[in-house]
Amino acid sequence: MSPGLYVAIATRSFRRYSTYTAATVAGIFTNSAFGIILSFIYIAVWKASPHAGGYDVADALTYTWLGQAMIMPVAIWNGGTTDEFAERVRTGDIAIDFYRPVPPLGWYLAADLGRATYHLLTRGVAPSIVGALLFDLRGPASLAAAVGFAVAVPLGVTVSFGLRMIVSTTTFWLLDDIGPRTLHACLAMFFCGLTVPLVLLPDGLREVALRLPWASFLQVPSDIWLGKREGWAILGGLGQSAVWIAVLLGVAALLVRGGQRKLVVQGG
Amino acid sequence: MVDALVDFGRIARLWVRASMAYPASFWMLTFGSFVMTGLDFAAILVIFGRVDAIGGFSLGEVAFLYAGTGLGIAFGDFVVGRVERLGSMIRLGRLDTMMTKPVPLLVQVLADEFALRRLARIAQAGAVFAWAATTVDWNLSRVAVTVGMVVCGSLIFCGLFVMLASIQFWTADSAEAANAFTYGGNALTQYPLTVYPSEVVKVLTFVVPIAFVNWYPALYVLGRSDPFGLPGWLQFVSPVAAAVVLAATALVWRTGVRHYRSTGS
Repeated sequence: MSPGLYVAIATRSFRRYSTYTAATVAGIFTNSAFGIILSFIYIAVWKASPHAGGYDVADALTYTWLGQAMIMPVAIWNGGTTDEFAERVRTGDIAIDFYRPVPPLGWYLAADLGRATYHLLTRGVAPSIVGALLFDLRGPASLAAAVGFAVAVPLGVTVSFGLRMIVSTTTFWLLDDIGPRTLHACLAMFFCGLTVPLVLLPDGLREVALRLPWASFLQVPSDIWLGKREGWAILGGLGQSAVWIAVLLGVAALLVRGGQRKLVVQGG
Repeated sequence: MVDALVDFGRIARLWVRASMAYPASFWMLTFGSFVMTGLDFAAILVIFGRVDAIGGFSLGEVAFLYAGTGLGIAFGDFVVGRVERLGSMIRLGRLDTMMTKPVPLLVQVLADEFALRRLARIAQAGAVFAWAATTVDWNLSRVAVTVGMVVCGSLIFCGLFVMLASIQFWTADSAEAANAFTYGGNALTQYPLTVYPSEVVKVLTFVVPIAFVNWYPALYVLGRSDPFGLPGWLQFVSPVAAAVVLAATALVWRTGVRHYRSTGS
């Protein structure tokens, strides 16, 4: 399969998402509002404990706005092309996807990366500008941090895709993935560090959380951006994401194959 | 009014029975929404693992504030939460169908796809309330103010949900902006307002009266004087704030319905 084909899928997905302008503006407004609320809360927390979790107040604020910026690109609480996959399994349209000369997993991953690019450029960048105008935020700690961050974000999106895809494949057996999807959203929201930065978690839980796949969504990219991970530690963080991608996409591929065997298309 | 409630009950019961057709989904969703709303409280617990007070308020006091606003939005969401889907009802032409039926339009919109699982949110906030209540030094007037807080908080959130969803009569795509005020208002009031600049607190008192959902009544119940030096009578005027919000909501909803022209196709 030529890479050009996947690029074409991604570009079209990008364009498809870019048609909902009003929804994008509304979303940017909401992300910014939550960013402001959380900023004041974290200012109060770090005033009471100036070095909590090894962050200072500027680190914490930067983390807050990176979090708001990542919600949509990484699709922290579901959404993205995996929802379409689940819907197509439910309706039976998925049979058409199995005909295509592209493996379904590759097709939906390319489309999801296109979607994520659009969300990053709009719902990622715009609230960050609002945050930077209102609060004292940190830029990337170094050139290596900037490059590391630029690699960590697409890896985070792909880890998220793998998890979401596994959840969506449950539709083959349950006919409706809304239950597993809700449960996964709870896990993702807490263990990605959106509910509270993972560095604040009590010892023990924190070390475990930093090793789980959800850490790639926000905590790993943020720590690279803030210079909390330097040198080999940057590569360590990226490597961890890469390992999770291999594991999750492998499992997702097995589940898609299993689902394909199970699939019964009505009619025609 | 009574007729409207009976109609609401009838339509809601249909949807509850429909959702029970998939019991596994129902229980997973209910459990999921209990945990999901609980995450905000988990964040408070994690933060209090690092600090003794936020904005001068202890864990028990913050829990009381959290439960106050949590119960308010939970009841609001339970009764009128479906109004968020107004835009999609417009797009699909379902609103037109509703207008031809002899039941008030708002009742039909609110009862549409009524979800019993939203009780989970009430249960979660209720559990935190029960715990926070053990730290309060109760007397009769505090009980009365607390009851008023939950009732008025619920009414204010009901009003905000409907009012902001009405924007979708004009732009059917912008549902998410309302979240900044409803869920944002909830997130904002989970912490003592002392963490915000005083200008913000004034806006939340006099412009978008979200501070009356829990902050002012809670100051009275917790026996604290106003940290911003605002007058003490504010602690008893949540009913007035609720009445103002509901009146404004009625006005916006009516204007929206009058403005509404079908999608045309």
